[in-house]
Amino acid sequence: MTTNGIIQLLAFVLALVLVTKPLGIFLTRVFSNERNFLTPVVGPLERLIYRLCGVKPNAEMKWTTYSMAMLMFSVVGAIVLYGIMRLQDILPWNPQGLGAVAPDLSFNTAVSFVTNTNWQAYSGESTMSYFTQMAGLAFHNFVSAATGIAIAVAVTRGLVRSSAQTLGNFWVDLVRATLYVLLPISIVVGLIFVAGGMVQNLSPYVTAITLEGAKQIIPMGPVASQEVIKMLGTNGGGFFNANSAHPFENPAAWTSFIQVLLIFSIGSGLTYMFGRMAKDQRQGWAIWGAMMFLFLAGLVTCYMSEQSGNPILEKAGIERAATETQSGGNMEGKEVRFGITQSALFATVTTDASCGAVNGMHDSFTPIGGMVPLFNMMLGEVIFGGVGSGLYGMFVFVLISVFIAGLMVGRTPEYLGKKIESKEVKLAMLALLSLVFCMLGFTAWAVVRPDALKSLANTGPHGLTEILYAFTSATANNGSAFAGLSANTPFFNVTLGFAMLFGRFFVIVPMLAVAGSMAKKTAVPVSHGTFLTNTPLFGTLLVMVILIVGGLTFFPALSLGPILEHLLMQAGKLF
Amino acid sequence: MSKHEVHKQKSLFDPAIVKRALVDSIKKLDPRLLWKSPVMFVVEIGAVLTTASWVRELTGFSSGDAVFSGLISAWLWFTVLFATFAEAMAEGRGKAQADALRKTKTETMAKRVTGDTVGKGVQFTQVNATMLRKGDIVLIEAGDIIPGDGDAVEGVASIDESAITGESAPVIRESGGDRSAVTGGTRIISDWLKVKITSNPGETFIDRMIGLVEGASRQKTPNEIALTILLSGMTIIFVVALVALQSFATYLASPVSIVVMVSLLICLIPTTIGGLLSAIGIAGIDRVLQRNVLAMSGRAVEAAGDVSTLLLDKTGTITIGNRMATEFLPAPGVTIEALAQTAHLSSLSDETPEGRSIVALAEQITRDLPFELLSAAKTFIPFSAHTRMSGVDMGGSAIRKGAVDAIARLAGPGGMPPEVTAQVERIAKSGGTPLAVAQDGRVLGVIHLKDIVKPGMRERFEQLRAMGIKTVMITGDNPLTARAIAEEAGVDDFLAEATPEAKMALIRKEQAMGKLVAMTGDGTNDAPALAQADVGVAMNTGTMAAKEAANMVDLDSNPTKLIEVVEIGKQLLMTRGALTTFSIANDVAKYFAIIPAMFMAAFPELAALNIMGLHSPQSAILSAVIFNALIIVALIPLALKGIKYRPLGAAAVLRRNILVYGVGGVIIPFIGIKAIDLVVSAFGF
Repeated sequence: MTTNGIIQLLAFVLALVLVTKPLGIFLTRVFSNERNFLTPVVGPLERLIYRLCGVKPNAEMKWTTYSMAMLMFSVVGAIVLYGIMRLQDILPWNPQGLGAVAPDLSFNTAVSFVTNTNWQAYSGESTMSYFTQMAGLAFHNFVSAATGIAIAVAVTRGLVRSSAQTLGNFWVDLVRATLYVLLPISIVVGLIFVAGGMVQNLSPYVTAITLEGAKQIIPMGPVASQEVIKMLGTNGGGFFNANSAHPFENPAAWTSFIQVLLIFSIGSGLTYMFGRMAKDQRQGWAIWGAMMFLFLAGLVTCYMSEQSGNPILEKAGIERAATETQSGGNMEGKEVRFGITQSALFATVTTDASCGAVNGMHDSFTPIGGMVPLFNMMLGEVIFGGVGSGLYGMFVFVLISVFIAGLMVGRTPEYLGKKIESKEVKLAMLALLSLVFCMLGFTAWAVVRPDALKSLANTGPHGLTEILYAFTSATANNGSAFAGLSANTPFFNVTLGFAMLFGRFFVIVPMLAVAGSMAKKTAVPVSHGTFLTNTPLFGTLLVMVILIVGGLTFFPALSLGPILEHLLMQAGKLF
Repeated sequence: MSKHEVHKQKSLFDPAIVKRALVDSIKKLDPRLLWKSPVMFVVEIGAVLTTASWVRELTGFSSGDAVFSGLISAWLWFTVLFATFAEAMAEGRGKAQADALRKTKTETMAKRVTGDTVGKGVQFTQVNATMLRKGDIVLIEAGDIIPGDGDAVEGVASIDESAITGESAPVIRESGGDRSAVTGGTRIISDWLKVKITSNPGETFIDRMIGLVEGASRQKTPNEIALTILLSGMTIIFVVALVALQSFATYLASPVSIVVMVSLLICLIPTTIGGLLSAIGIAGIDRVLQRNVLAMSGRAVEAAGDVSTLLLDKTGTITIGNRMATEFLPAPGVTIEALAQTAHLSSLSDETPEGRSIVALAEQITRDLPFELLSAAKTFIPFSAHTRMSGVDMGGSAIRKGAVDAIARLAGPGGMPPEVTAQVERIAKSGGTPLAVAQDGRVLGVIHLKDIVKPGMRERFEQLRAMGIKTVMITGDNPLTARAIAEEAGVDDFLAEATPEAKMALIRKEQAMGKLVAMTGDGTNDAPALAQADVGVAMNTGTMAAKEAANMVDLDSNPTKLIEVVEIGKQLLMTRGALTTFSIANDVAKYFAIIPAMFMAAFPELAALNIMGLHSPQSAILSAVIFNALIIVALIPLALKGIKYRPLGAAAVLRRNILVYGVGGVIIPFIGIKAIDLVVSAFGF
């Protein structure tokens, strides 16, 4: 590790700590329907939307109604988006005259954006018109993120309420998340990004003649306006194929720094909001602490692996260590603007959260460096996580940790004073199982299908990792790609589409059910016999459970993928 | 430990129990029974698959190392057997006890009353006890076996209940009041009773008891169901992970044999806890039973662990049930020595704690009795429910002690000096009990019997407080007396002048705050509260109504045991949590044993993961499977006895258990598998 690298990482952690509390307090006010500094501006618009849509903002919903509203909203959203892509050739704002998107790709992409995955089996600049990008994709960047936040808020309410039937109103949570949280931050930071050099226009692509005299087409578009929500909403769908490695999407190291901070900020703020709503701030910090530990563990592993580079190069006489004039380590697939530190940071953050934006090619990372993003996603992206999904995903592990360890203190396990019984365990296991089933099951199916294997650029363990990464990324609703896999085939478009659907809704619905069930329970007052969940001990336990459950489930797969590849690399063999 | 417990308690590993468990463990391999334990069911399927491979290899249908497959199959069968053995062992003591109980259910004849004449001389017909139905009235006389459960409607009798309680001292049952319940299968020793039968054949207390101790009517408790779901979920996850692994291996052109795949699966699924789960539950109920408490369901034992408020009756729980003599108050003209000596003589044959306490106090005043008094011929008059006094006739003189009103009746009108009456009132006001002493009808004075807080109760309550349990003393005393005793005993709160309604209101209030409440009771008017409480323990001496309402019956009628039941409940949950943690933690080492072994042939580089340095792929897999089976056996005693219980706060308990079962669970298999590997490789694997 270089001093420079360590300073950059510490600066990031510090910045994250600084935004957590103010954002958490703001989120609490927004979702407790309290007045805040945006109310004078946004309030009238909010009330107008309710009146237009016939929403009764004070009518609270049971978990079933809440789930139905969320599912309906997602289904309708997906159908409309599918329609936009299929009809984009006759819709406006298409200066490049791009044709209609193929059915399987449209299905995949519609699901991808509705589930906040933003898996992109296409290159944006050569497939999607400006209209599709702005009215279709960018719209879902906002509302799929707002849906995630709404679910996290509803689940939080379920956990903290006592003897209650309802979890809040989905439409209100959705609107408030969009109007008070996502839009204002997107507008402000978007302008900062424009100042940093991001493009923002509706012009046709520019044709330039390079120094060598070759013709080069330079894509244009409304980039900056999409960029903030791509990060803030942990969407990750890039305007361009190169995503945040493209200079128009991420012009400088400092914009890259802001981008990674945006990815974590809401996830981190939600833990603070949880603590505040639970009326015990340490409950929030315990979860935050577990997330921070897992983040740092992954980051350090990834960074050190990248910085140490490939031993085979050394044998070829290439200097591996960082020096005054060169970064050392593994620079393949990384932007020189960002270097190893910002690339490792970006890769870790984007997969801890369910963002999926990239500023370098994960496929080109060292095997262990590339395993970190993969493993992060396998854990279900609960390390700060996707907006909302990180928190409610984390509650799956919290329930399991509390259940196993809570028994060891000799009481029926309870969380926030409510007993965890077979119903909650069943639902948590259902959520966990659907993730495992999609990640491993689809991969297992794909690697024995000759037609699927044709999409692979690499063989051996690396090829396995590429497919495993794709299904893991889709299931976890991350959307980042390992590259090396040509996923725009009917097989992958359809299977990945289903992985995204299952990975999203088979976690959301069980967790809303948990919330509904927990809300009804009466909280037991804390006593000496209570297993405290607001202590560092619990944070540690949570980390152990996540690592052991995640590790045990995926160790066989990882051992034949990145671990084997790493060992082979040490032995001088590459793929 | 009281005498009957010694008589009753068989050792956990009594040879007869072990022998019977060995047979039962094989019967339990029946898939229809094993299905209830999903984890072990999967192991059985795995064992069948590997056995099939072994047979194919033996008969040459497929290639492969038949010796290796045979050994793996054998150890997988052992894994299942060890689990069923653990369950059979847990049921062992209960089954032995059930056999003993069944013997009391021999054919009994009953005298069914046909008329409704009052008194003993009624008309009756002899019928078989199995013919009796609810509502029948039967006459039971000295020497008869009580034909069924019921409530005495007429008469007073002493009954030997040793068949169910193990206690040989007879108990008094009388019509009306809170001591009217009689249990079928017990025997009347003296006098007679008319009893109204309250249960049909097959539903009697003894029938239920047999069902419970045998585990026949056992249902999974809520927490056990939740844990089973968790374990089944984990099993499915591992099945998915391993099916996927085979697919990945196929992609890498090095598929793994079914025997190896099954071995890895069985090692990974939580067999340790899966195999011991039902044993832990049964053993928990058994431990309660060994303390002579009959839990009507496992759910009640489990709930006991969650109790956060304990309602304890003052008398018998917090204070020594039978009050102690603390002073002699002579009548005018009587010396204290004379009173003490007379009281001493009257109590010589009185084996009750009160009687003994009188002797002890008298000896402090008068030293030993003079030899001539001790050696004189005496006729002891035992206490009876009718006379409410006891004493001795010696040298033509009748010495009596007993309830003040009974002695007053003996002394005749005006026989009670007013000074004595004043003392009696003073004692009664202070919450004590006066006992009068008379010689030949002359009142000599009174003995002050006082509540004495049981030794060690203060510490006990402190432990309960550390565990987060609030104690509330329930007493009929006035608030002043109650406060004095509450402070002396160190309880958190008290309910004075408690009526059944006040008790009920207190339970409701605590429950509304989300707390679980436990209480003891015996009277019919306790029944609603017993039913309302999350854990209600009825005294066996109590009424049928109380016993029906409660979810536990204490056969010794010792209310202090509620605390022990709570501890057993906690221990039960702790044992489950600890073994689950241990089981999951074990998997780390098993991975490092088996994964490299699976693929070392195709990718020699994976040898780097063989951090235990196991001898060969075969020895590694075999060692992991053997370890996995043996750890179940090794943990059977722990499962049956429960993990060591310490009355500490949750944080301390958790830290300790995580260290022992979590961290220990990661480390132990590394050592164990390596050790087994050394042995296995010595045999040439």
